[in-house]
Amino acid sequence: MSTATTHATDLKQLAAEAVARALDLGATDAEAVAVESEDFGVNVRLGQVEQLTESGSRALGLRVFFADAAGQRTASTSTSDLSPEGVTRIIESAVELAKVTGADPFAGLPDRAAFGSNDVASLALYFNDVDAIPPAERIEIARRCEASAMGFDTRIQNSSGADFDASNLHRVMVNSRGFTGEYRSSYCGFSVTPIAQDASGAMQRDFWYSSARTAKLLASPEEVGRKAAERALRRLGARPVMTQRCPVVFAPEIARGLMGNLLAAADGDSIYRNSSMFSGKLGEQVAGENITMIDDGTMVFDHTLPNGETLRVGGFGTSPFDGDGLATRRTVVIERGILKELMLNTYTARKLSMQSTGKASRGLAGAPGIGGGNYFLEPGSLTPEQIIGGVPSGLYVLQTMGHGVNLVTGDYSVGASGLWIENGELAYPVEQITIAGNLKDIFRNVVAIGNDLEFRGAGAVPTVRIEGLTVAGS
Amino acid sequence: MLWRISREMMASRCYKTTIRLMAAAPNLIHSEAPDHKRYFFTHLGLTERLLERCLGEALSAGGEFADLYFEAVTSMSLGMDEGIVKTAAQGISVGCGIRVLSGERTGFAYTDDLSPERLLKAARTAALIANGPQTQRVQGFTETSTPSLYPVAGATADAEVAAKLKLIERANKAARDFDPRITQVRASINDELRRILIAASDGTFASDTQPLARLNVSVIAKDATGSNGFGSTARGTSGGGGRIALDFFEGSKSPEHFAREAARTAILQLGAIAAPAGEMEVVLGPDWPGVLLHEAVGHGLEADFNRKKTSAFAGLIGQKVASPKVTVVDNGKMPGRRGSLNVDDEGNATQETVLIENGILRGYLSDKLSSRLMNMPNTGSGRRESYQAIPMPRMTNTYMLNGDDLPSDIIKSVKRGLYAVNFGGGQVDITSGKFVFTASEAYLIEDGVVTAPVKGATLIGNGPEALKYVSMVGNDLALDEGVGTCGKAGQSVPVGVGMPTTKLDRMTVGGTGH
Repeated sequence: MSTATTHATDLKQLAAEAVARALDLGATDAEAVAVESEDFGVNVRLGQVEQLTESGSRALGLRVFFADAAGQRTASTSTSDLSPEGVTRIIESAVELAKVTGADPFAGLPDRAAFGSNDVASLALYFNDVDAIPPAERIEIARRCEASAMGFDTRIQNSSGADFDASNLHRVMVNSRGFTGEYRSSYCGFSVTPIAQDASGAMQRDFWYSSARTAKLLASPEEVGRKAAERALRRLGARPVMTQRCPVVFAPEIARGLMGNLLAAADGDSIYRNSSMFSGKLGEQVAGENITMIDDGTMVFDHTLPNGETLRVGGFGTSPFDGDGLATRRTVVIERGILKELMLNTYTARKLSMQSTGKASRGLAGAPGIGGGNYFLEPGSLTPEQIIGGVPSGLYVLQTMGHGVNLVTGDYSVGASGLWIENGELAYPVEQITIAGNLKDIFRNVVAIGNDLEFRGAGAVPTVRIEGLTVAGS
Repeated sequence: MLWRISREMMASRCYKTTIRLMAAAPNLIHSEAPDHKRYFFTHLGLTERLLERCLGEALSAGGEFADLYFEAVTSMSLGMDEGIVKTAAQGISVGCGIRVLSGERTGFAYTDDLSPERLLKAARTAALIANGPQTQRVQGFTETSTPSLYPVAGATADAEVAAKLKLIERANKAARDFDPRITQVRASINDELRRILIAASDGTFASDTQPLARLNVSVIAKDATGSNGFGSTARGTSGGGGRIALDFFEGSKSPEHFAREAARTAILQLGAIAAPAGEMEVVLGPDWPGVLLHEAVGHGLEADFNRKKTSAFAGLIGQKVASPKVTVVDNGKMPGRRGSLNVDDEGNATQETVLIENGILRGYLSDKLSSRLMNMPNTGSGRRESYQAIPMPRMTNTYMLNGDDLPSDIIKSVKRGLYAVNFGGGQVDITSGKFVFTASEAYLIEDGVVTAPVKGATLIGNGPEALKYVSMVGNDLALDEGVGTCGKAGQSVPVGVGMPTTKLDRMTVGGTGH
C-alpha cells in the first residue's frame, strides 16, 4: 500500500469531479461513491496450494437528482472503467436515464443539517499489519489450520480445503450538499472445512474460522483446525427423528440468523409498504419482555493482547457514516419486547414521516437500501450448558438450510441438523429434519437466553431456547 | 415439446473452424457473422499480439496452461414502484481475469484496467503459482465456432428504454387490476449484455455476446377480514425471461401473464392453511420444481466435488441413484434459455450431457481442469460469475425427461400428500447429500383430489436417495420461465431447470400442521 496516499487523492478527486460534472449537466443534486479494494485469497487443500488470487479493483458509482415541483427524478450508474471516456459515459447516462423516471416527492439527498461522520481514526477500522503479512505466511497459516484438522482424528482423511483471505477497502463518498466522507478498512481471516467419514462410508463436513481487522487478533490456526474437526466428527452417524413438537435450542451461529429477523422485520422499506409483520406495530409488544435487540454501527471493542496490551478495534459492522452520508449510531430497535425504533434510511424515514436512524446501505449502483451495522441480542445469565441441561427431550440446532423465512407473515420453515438432547445431555446427531413455526410466536417463546454473547462477525446472539416449534422428520 | 425441437435444431450447428492467428495484424480472425470478438479489438484496443504476449508472460514461470478471460458487461435496471418509475440504473463492468494452471494449482489475477502494462502485470502475478523455467509455448489459436442460440442485441437505445418502461407499466396495471386486495405492486426489468473473449495457451480462442433479460413482478395482497378473522397479508412474486430480445414479452410470456401470476399467488396465500409436517407422498408440478434436480443431484455431480471426493455422489458412476423412471440431463444448447451458452467461460462449446439415465448415474459436469485431472471428457461446463472469479464446473439448464404418466393419474394415486407447484430457492450440502427446497405454492392432496392451499414449507431429502422414491413421471415436461440464479462458492450464474409432474413416494415436509 505504498501508493495509498496518491490513490486517496485520486479517489476523492474522481468522486468530486463526477458530482461537479453532473451538476454542470443540469442535475440539481448528485452523489458519488468511489471504492478501491485490494484482495488476496489462497486455498490450500491436502497440504497443497490449489488456488491463489491476488488483485485490486476500483469502481465509481453515481446518483443524480433533478428536482421539480412534483418531486425529484433520480437515476444511478456505476462503472469499473475509470478511463476519462468511461467516467464521462456514466455521468451522461445517469443524466439521460433520470429523464425517464417519475418525480417522487420523497426522493432526494438528505438535508444539509443531517450529514455527519463519526471520527474515523477512533473507530479503528484499518490496520496496516494485514497488508504486511507475506504471502508465504498466509499460505502457511492455511496449511497449518488444515493440517491440524486432518491430524485430529483418523476419521478425517479428506478436506474441502483451508482458505486465507485478506483485503483492504478504501471508500469515498461525496455529494453536492457538502458532504465528503472517506475511510479505509482492513480484513483478514482463515477457515477450514474438513470432511469426516465413518465406517459406513457416510461423510459429513463442517467448518470453523477466525477473522479480524488486524492480524494480531487472529486465532491460532491449530485451534481453529481442531474445532472444525470436532464439529465435523460430531455429525457422523446423524439420523432423522420422529415428527414432534419439542424445545429447540439454537447455537449462537444459528441464533444470530433467527433473531436477526427481528431487525429484518423492522426494515423501514417493508414497514412503509405494509409488507412486514411489524408494520403498524411501532411502540407495541412484538417479542417477549426478555428480548432487547440493538443495532449499533459505532461499536469499537477493547481486546487484551497476550502481552497484556489493550487494542481497540472497530466491529465488523462499524463504519463512520451510512449510505446516505449520515453518522452511524446506536439504535435500540427492540427494548424488552417493544418495537421502539425502526431501521430507517433517509427515503424510508420520509415515507413514514420520521427521522432516519442512520441505516442506509449503499453499494455502488442503485439507491441506498437498508442495512444495519453491528447488532446483538442482550445476553441472559445462563450458560449454554445450563440451557441444554434444562431440556428433557429436544433439538440443539447447529445448522439450518434454505430460505424458508417469510417476513410478511412470519412463517418460518427451514431444514436443520444438530444434536438431539435427552435428559439435558447431548445424545446423538440428527439431520434431514425441518423446524417450523411462526416468528411472531418464536419471538414471544424465547424461554432462555445464554450469557455466551461473542462478536465473531457483525452480529452476535447468544444461545437461545425456543418453545412451540414443530420438528418434522420421519 | 419445445425442448425436443430445439435439441434437434442445434445438433447440426456445432462445428469448429481453424484459423491461424498472425502477429500484429488485427481482425485476421474471422468467421461467420456475428463477429463477437470485433468489440474487443476495435473498442477495447486489444491486439492478437497482446493476447499472445500476456499468455507468454503467464506461462513464464513454468505453468502448464494459461487463459485470458475478457469481459465487458452493460446492465440496466428499470423499476416501477407505487405507480412511479422510481428506479433507473445502469452499470458497466470491464475487465480481464488471467489464470495459470500448474498441476492441481491455479494462480489467478484480474484487472479492470486493460492497458498492456496492467494486463502483463496481472499475467506475471498469476504466473507465480508455478516456480520454474517456462516449459510450455502458446499454441496457435483455433477459434471455437459458436452456434447462435440467442439474439445479439445492440447497444441500449432510447427506443428500447421506452419499450421496457412500457412493459413494466403494463405489469403494474395488470397486477392492480387483478383484485382490489392487491395493495402494493413492484415491477422491474433487468437486462444485461455480456461480451466475452477467451484466449488460452492451448490454442482455444472463443468469443460470444450474451444477452439476458428478466421481468419481475412482486405484489402484496391484504385482506381486512382474512381467512383467520383478523386480517392477513401475503406476498406473491413472478417473473421470467431468458437470453432473448425484448419481443419475447409480446408473446404468451407477457407482462400481464407475470403480473396475474404474482397477484394470483398472493391472493391464494391469503387463505392458505398450515402445511403438514412429516414424511409423506409428494407430487411436484412441472417446470420450476425441477429445482429438486438442481439441488438433489446437479451440484453433487459437478466434477470438482467428485475429483476431491467431497460429494455424496463420488465413485457412484454406473450405480443406481434413482428410480428407473428417472433420466436427467444438463443442456446448455437450448435456444433463448436463461442457462444456455454458445460457449462456456473457458471457450468450449456447450452440450447436452446425460447425468442420470433410467436411474443409473452416467456422468459428471466438467471443466478443463477437472477433465484433465480426472481423465474424462470436458462437458463444456466451465462457468464463472465475472472476470474477477475463477471458472468451475456449473450447471446450465438441468431437467428430467418425460415419462408416460398422465398428470391427472399421478394426483389421483395419492391418498394423503402434498402437491407443490412452485418453489422459492433451494440449498444442498454436497458432502452429506442433504438438500432443501422451499415451496411457495402448494396444496394438500386428499383421497386423490387437490384440496386446500397450504403455507410455504421447506422440503428436505437426501440427494443419492431421494430420486429412488420417484414412482410416477408425467408426460408434461416444461422448463421454468427464466428466473433461476445459482450460487456456488460465492459465484452466481443464471441457470434453468425443468421437470414433468413427478411423484415421490417419500419426502419430509416441514410444516406445522397435522
